[in-house]
Amino acid sequence: MAFLHDMRFRAYFYQVVAIGVVILVGWTMFSTASGNLAKQNIATGFDFLSRPAGFVITEAAIAFEATDTVGRAILVGIANTVKVSLLAAIFGTLLGLAVGIARMSRNPLLARLALVYVELLRNVPLLLYLFLWYSLIILILPPVRQALNLLPGVYLSNSGLVVPAALVESGGSALLACLLGGAVAAFAIRRVSMRKRVATGRSNHGGLIATAAFVLPALLLWLAGGVGISWDFPTAGKFRLTGGLHVRPEFVALLFGLALSVSANVAEIVRAGIQAVNKGQWEAAAALGLARGKTMRLVVLPQALRIIIPPLTNTYLTVFKNSSLAIAIGYPDLVMVSNTVMNQTGQAIETIAIFMGVYLALSIAISLLMNWYNAHVALKER
Amino acid sequence: MADVQTLALAPPQPAPAAPRLGRLSAYFGTPGNTLVSVLSIAAIVFIAKLAFGWLVVDAVFSGNGETCKAASGACWPFVAQKLRYMLFGFYPYDEQWRPMLALLLLFAAFLLSMMPRFWSRGLLFAWILVVLPVLYILMAGGVFGLTPVATTSWGGLPLSFMLSFVGLTLAMPLGIVLALARASNLPAIRVLAVGFIEIVRGVPLISILFMATVMLPLFMPEGVTIDKLLRAQVAIILFASAYIAEIVRGGLQDVPAGQYEAGSSLGLHYWQVMRKIVLPQALKKVIPPMVGLFIGFFQDTTLVTIVGLVDFLDTVRSAIRDPQWQGIAVLEGYLVAAAVYFTFSALMGAYSRFLEKHFRTTHA
Repeated sequence: MAFLHDMRFRAYFYQVVAIGVVILVGWTMFSTASGNLAKQNIATGFDFLSRPAGFVITEAAIAFEATDTVGRAILVGIANTVKVSLLAAIFGTLLGLAVGIARMSRNPLLARLALVYVELLRNVPLLLYLFLWYSLIILILPPVRQALNLLPGVYLSNSGLVVPAALVESGGSALLACLLGGAVAAFAIRRVSMRKRVATGRSNHGGLIATAAFVLPALLLWLAGGVGISWDFPTAGKFRLTGGLHVRPEFVALLFGLALSVSANVAEIVRAGIQAVNKGQWEAAAALGLARGKTMRLVVLPQALRIIIPPLTNTYLTVFKNSSLAIAIGYPDLVMVSNTVMNQTGQAIETIAIFMGVYLALSIAISLLMNWYNAHVALKER
Repeated sequence: MADVQTLALAPPQPAPAAPRLGRLSAYFGTPGNTLVSVLSIAAIVFIAKLAFGWLVVDAVFSGNGETCKAASGACWPFVAQKLRYMLFGFYPYDEQWRPMLALLLLFAAFLLSMMPRFWSRGLLFAWILVVLPVLYILMAGGVFGLTPVATTSWGGLPLSFMLSFVGLTLAMPLGIVLALARASNLPAIRVLAVGFIEIVRGVPLISILFMATVMLPLFMPEGVTIDKLLRAQVAIILFASAYIAEIVRGGLQDVPAGQYEAGSSLGLHYWQVMRKIVLPQALKKVIPPMVGLFIGFFQDTTLVTIVGLVDFLDTVRSAIRDPQWQGIAVLEGYLVAAAVYFTFSALMGAYSRFLEKHFRTTHA
């Protein structure tokens, strides 16, 4: 029985046992599940994706009708999830940057206020905030019949904000091409001007020229009458407003809640990042005559960025996953659409597999993107 | 040399006295700073006035829904009348001393566990073998003359606390095993662990709760049903274990390789090295991040309300929707809930900062 004490044998043995247990559990679950499904007359497979959905999605980032397929409904859910988490990440980061810098202010009052802001957001569950914002919107704003007419064509009520929608009737693709081309040109100009500036030490108007390169083509096209835009003004009916662009309270509450939670996390990350930058950097910049604001922008923040990126990645992954709380207040994100599909078809396993797979894939994509960016800004060691 | 240098230099002069503006200069040193201070003070005064007016001046202290409707301030009778329901949900009214006692017991056990001097392997076992069973018996009854109470009537604050405390306690051993598996040099074990950890961390908690409540019954043989509360609890344990595993992995990486080698050279085998040398050092290092994780999980348990469990947030919400108070006490209800969550999370946060300081001074 000497082989029992052989390390190599043991290593193989443990691994075979582990894999065996996993396969056994998986197989048992699979066979009971298929038996149960057959008994309950629930179909299996992904055929349901191509069937008509038959339900309406109140807010769709891409066009959707009840006659479209279930697969497209899930695609709408994905688009909605991406839309709300992307916007929350952008707004939250900007707000969090400001709060994080305020937290480091030499003025104790401002620093304390920022601290209270961060603590209030971090110590209360996000879900509670979502419920709170949502019910406050419903409670405080008037019903749609007495909608507040803020500006001509802008109505605010407890069923959301309605603004005139701009419809591009012609020249849409030309406009898009101009904007895209402008962006590429602006980026290239900025790069060249930056390089020139580093080489010569003299400031040039690179930023200004780049902005012009971005805006001018589209502007010229518009002025030349290449784009036809018509405005769709909402009209107040007896019970609801028709037409226009409708921003729903579910979306606002979710975006607001997510953005605030991101901002609190970003504020803490930014503070930690700034604190980690050596004090000598501040003093050196002051000795060169840089003002405090400029020191922060040109010297400290670029260095803090290297410390900030990895935890920032986690924050973005979290907000992306937290957007699934949408289901609690009725914003049709991926989970909520999947839940509707699940209730209609009874195919829980496939549906849950789809949305878990999507979350996993997008999580990995975000990680990869942020890792690439991290490698880009990381200290280049010689 | 020193003499030459002092001769060459101008005689040392006393530093000019720092301007004795004192503390005020921090607030009103420069025009910009003054503006910031004035704006901050204005904001604080505005918020304080708003809060005081709502909480005290315009508030209703006795009466019912009608009186609250007439007033613009907070509705305290709602809180007084509904507090017990918010705390314990539908637990039988006459038996509510039991969840209360369970809650106090949980706090006591937790307070003791928070003291670094009680940290040992025994503590984890004491939690699993003593505290949790006692809590379960108190809540469920059925023995020692306690009336049985089905888990479907459990609710409120005890449920929230149990889901997070029990979840994290039981996730701890699983998380440690996962972390060890991920650091193992057996490829199959490592791949399985990495797969589990990364999948769980890549998806939202709500999807795992859905799996546990909607999907799991399909995988059970006919006639076998598992309690809904238990299923949610298992989901939380699995979810937490992946995050714990990642934290513990950080701790394991912090233990110098020499410790493993020293252990092996003494003739200890893998488990002995881990149990007696590596894990005690690694786990001590990860306690502060673990507390941070705990704060997050305590807040995340609110998600069980989405799959239909009656946790604290859920009892608060149904109290708000009570026809007697509908639309009157929304803000009051959520503020009570927020205050409870805030208090516990902030206390845990303070504890986490205490621990960081403690570890810095005791070189542990």
